[in-house]
Amino acid sequence: MSRYLLPLLAFGALIALLSIGLGMDPRRVPSPFIGKPAPAFDLPQLQAPDRRLTQEDLRGRPVLLNVWASWCVACRHEHALLTQLATERQIPIYGLNYKDPRADALRWLEVWGNPYVVIAADEDGRTGINYGVYGVPETFVMDANGIIRYKHIGALTEQAITDRILPLLADAVGDRMP
Amino acid sequence: MLLRSLVIALCLSFSLPVRAADTPLKFDDPAMEQRYHALLSELRCLVCQNQSLEDSHAELAQDLRAEVHGMMSRGSSDTEILAFMVQRYGDFVLYRPPVRTGTWLLWLGPFLVLLIGTGVAFRFSRSRNRGAAKPLSEEEQAKLRQLLQATGDRDRE
Repeated sequence: MSRYLLPLLAFGALIALLSIGLGMDPRRVPSPFIGKPAPAFDLPQLQAPDRRLTQEDLRGRPVLLNVWASWCVACRHEHALLTQLATERQIPIYGLNYKDPRADALRWLEVWGNPYVVIAADEDGRTGINYGVYGVPETFVMDANGIIRYKHIGALTEQAITDRILPLLADAVGDRMP
Repeated sequence: MLLRSLVIALCLSFSLPVRAADTPLKFDDPAMEQRYHALLSELRCLVCQNQSLEDSHAELAQDLRAEVHGMMSRGSSDTEILAFMVQRYGDFVLYRPPVRTGTWLLWLGPFLVLLIGTGVAFRFSRSRNRGAAKPLSEEEQAKLRQLLQATGDRDRE
């Protein structure tokens, strides 16, 4: 009997390893920016192109930076959740409008509503590249010191908000430097 | 009929800018061109993860190809370009990630499995050989003779 025990154990371990692997989403690649200062950007504001938005404007309180585009279908799915966060919880959400013609983006906001404090227009996608964006929508959690704490890839879900984003935002407030 | 041709015309008009964005970037210098393609095939496209930047038609891949092209034109070295990508997308962007604490299992794992497998195979074959090589005891010899005799008798019948 014992001669079967070892192969059986090895087989069991392999099955365990593979089933963990099955549960992982290969699209969620850990961001190398976690714990690092937000990369610099200086972009025109979508709704007032003569004014700029930089990463400095995001400092001072924990914020979300949401990368979206009017051509992005999943962005519409998370839109209600973003609106809820902005209105019911008063969380400042900044937008990074990624590779989107200005007119399209403005029309999208008109149709679906605007949960953002300010939106930066990243028409050529260079800032997106500097932030390692590869799957719109993406949502960054930044603390009061402008450090990236978390990145959510894909449409936000209620679970992601309650389990990860809200606790992180609360924690990021406590960390604020005097 | 009119509707169908309208739809086709509409689709075609949308596909034109896509084609324009996908025109391959080239270098006049064949050495640079070779370097460019070697670099692209080392980098993973994060949108379609089983394709390299070289193969992928994703929009991000096009932008990143342009980025690599631009950096090379400005005289950046291969190491600088790879560092640029890793800084933004992590080690995952490299098809051959560096050996570090997070990746040693990835690199050494196959050899580890090979080592375990060889060990098991070696032990298995040795235990089998040992069983076969054991000489028969006095009792077994007698039984064998008896059996052989019995079959011999049967054959003759």
